[in-house]
Amino acid sequence: MQLSKDKLIDAYTRMKKIRVFEETMRDEFAKGTVPAFIHLYIGQEAIASGICVELNDNDTIASTHRGHGHCLAKNSDLERMTMEIFCRADGLCEGKGGSMHIADLSVGMLGANAIVGANAPIAVGAALRQRVMGENLVSAAFIGDGASNQGAVFEAMNLASVLKLPVLFVFENNGYAEFTGVDYHCGGGDIAGRAEGFGMPSYKLDGSDFFAVQEAAAEAVERARRGDGPSAIECYAKRWYGHFEGDPQHYRTKEELETIRKDSDPLKIFRQKVEDAGLVESSDLDTIDEDLLSQVTNAVEKAKNSPLPNVEELTTNVYEKGSY
Amino acid sequence: MTIKTYREAIIEAMILEMKRDEKVFVIGEDISGGRGCDDFEGEAAGGPMGLTQGLWDEFGAKRVIDTPISETAIMGAAAGAALSGLRPIAELMFSDFFGVCFDQIYNQAAKFRFMYGDQGATPLVIRTMIGAGIGCGPQHSQSPYSIFANIPGLKVVTPSNPYDAKGLLISSIRDNDPVIFCEHKALLGMDGEVPDDSYEVPLGKGKILKEGSDISIVAIGQMVGVVQNCIKNLEQKGISAEIIDPRSLSPFDDEMVYDSVEKTGRLLVLDESNPVCSFGSWITSMVSEEVFSSLKAPTKVLTPPHCPVPAAPNLEAAYLPDMETIIGASENLKNYT
Ligand SMILES: Cc1ncc(C[n+]2csc(CCOP(=O)(O)OP(=O)(O)O)c2C)c(N)n1
Ligand SMILES: [Mg+2]
Repeated sequence: MQLSKDKLIDAYTRMKKIRVFEETMRDEFAKGTVPAFIHLYIGQEAIASGICVELNDNDTIASTHRGHGHCLAKNSDLERMTMEIFCRADGLCEGKGGSMHIADLSVGMLGANAIVGANAPIAVGAALRQRVMGENLVSAAFIGDGASNQGAVFEAMNLASVLKLPVLFVFENNGYAEFTGVDYHCGGGDIAGRAEGFGMPSYKLDGSDFFAVQEAAAEAVERARRGDGPSAIECYAKRWYGHFEGDPQHYRTKEELETIRKDSDPLKIFRQKVEDAGLVESSDLDTIDEDLLSQVTNAVEKAKNSPLPNVEELTTNVYEKGSY
Repeated sequence: MTIKTYREAIIEAMILEMKRDEKVFVIGEDISGGRGCDDFEGEAAGGPMGLTQGLWDEFGAKRVIDTPISETAIMGAAAGAALSGLRPIAELMFSDFFGVCFDQIYNQAAKFRFMYGDQGATPLVIRTMIGAGIGCGPQHSQSPYSIFANIPGLKVVTPSNPYDAKGLLISSIRDNDPVIFCEHKALLGMDGEVPDDSYEVPLGKGKILKEGSDISIVAIGQMVGVVQNCIKNLEQKGISAEIIDPRSLSPFDDEMVYDSVEKTGRLLVLDESNPVCSFGSWITSMVSEEVFSSLKAPTKVLTPPHCPVPAAPNLEAAYLPDMETIIGASENLKNYT
């Protein structure tokens, strides 16, 4: 654990922001204020944060339907992303994308994606900037255990490997693809091992441990920047809530849920580690907690009070303005 | 006669056909909702929309085949199984996902009969969910049936109510060609009278839902319900509309539409697909070619505008043709001189 205090604070802030945000969205969904289905990231905070602390704004990520955490970890604009989830005119996507399509290109967040597995080739495409333009850049795709079975993901891994592109294939094994367990849907059971078959180094680690993720990410990012090609990082961390809000979760037991929350809380684990090592004061983190709660609460209130798009906007943004 | 939902009608059709013919099986993502796991103790979810609820409990894992998220493999395996004598019902959870697996549908399944000299049949049904209206956003709300209907070798059906859903699905399963069975997500909870017994609604046969003399209105899928809600308003405005639900797009009951237009002289089509090369525009072009002399007004198609389905609820509401637009268009046709 050789991270500076600033970096630790940064890491904690990203993780906690996701937690507070998602808990707030959960409440809002229950109140009926959210216009569509949402897929919460709680339980997996350390994955997005551990990867994204190693990236900068020029680096890119391509996300999934469970994308709120990725957006926040990549420092997408909190207020405008919240507005997007509420489908407001000033949302990042002007209200046309919603929760499953939030993108913030200004920070290299290439979009949440409602087509499972589609983001992997897109991340590979962004990485081509290294080859074509000689840019210093790394591109990461977040891929669920379920998504790992898509042909597009295999093709993307092979292409990145053949072209030695700076890509991180971050597999988020949260135990389930919708209501189907990973033990059932994943042949061979070893997602990282499959990636190795494509000739890239791979990691398999505890996705509720920020430091495990971050260390692997740091190595993989360095390798990618050097021009030594892609890596795969399989992070295991179960989601705490349903596939989407409203999922009755008949496919798992209450005990399972209790155990994950008790033993695999990424925030608790992080706090314990840094406090035990005397790296950060507990009170510093408490201050962050309070601050984030007010940031998120304000963002949600602001979003809910901001206008929906004008109906005239329905047919805009299909093509470049004035070109069609 | 019992009241059932559109969803229940679909499940019942599958159960009846699976009982009748052991070659019929269902394959798709999450269709047993985790039942495949060893230590699973819950209730099989039957997919996120409950459209395969109960099938696993009745028929087990041999014929209710839950798959990984691999649409190309699912559709390809279903095509291959059909070519080899089985009768698969392959579920493509949302029709938008056809983009992931279209080769297996349109280069493979659709063409086997033609390019293999009619050596074998491809009795494949692809059940898939279409449609806007419930806030699913740009990649989960499309109605690509015009694209499917464009492909020679595919049959396409768009049930608008529980009775037709059951009868059309039974016919589709018994049919010896690939059928894309488009289930509208906004209709899944719709109630209607559905006989308990097995029955077929033939592919390629439309239905006149209401006779009328001033204007023929052909409505597809969800649009059928919308136009039915307009009947009173149209009558108040002195417009007698004949309402036709084609039920199948391919094959299409063109004779029914021609006969109707010969009577009314006016045609309005309500279609949820994208406007360019929409199925509706095909209907009007056929009518213009075949019964031109009967027309008293130009034909008219109402579709959403040329844009993806937006997430924002107010934009999505504006996206779909609504009652006001339909009534206005009908008046324009009636008053055309
Ligand atoms: C191509 C495609 N197939 C199916 C779906 C429906 N779907 C949405 S999320 C999901 C499960 C994804 O599981 P996983 O990749 O493990 O991600 P998680 O939800 O666990 O984060 C499925 C099947 C989809 N959106 N896109
Ligand atoms: Mg998963």
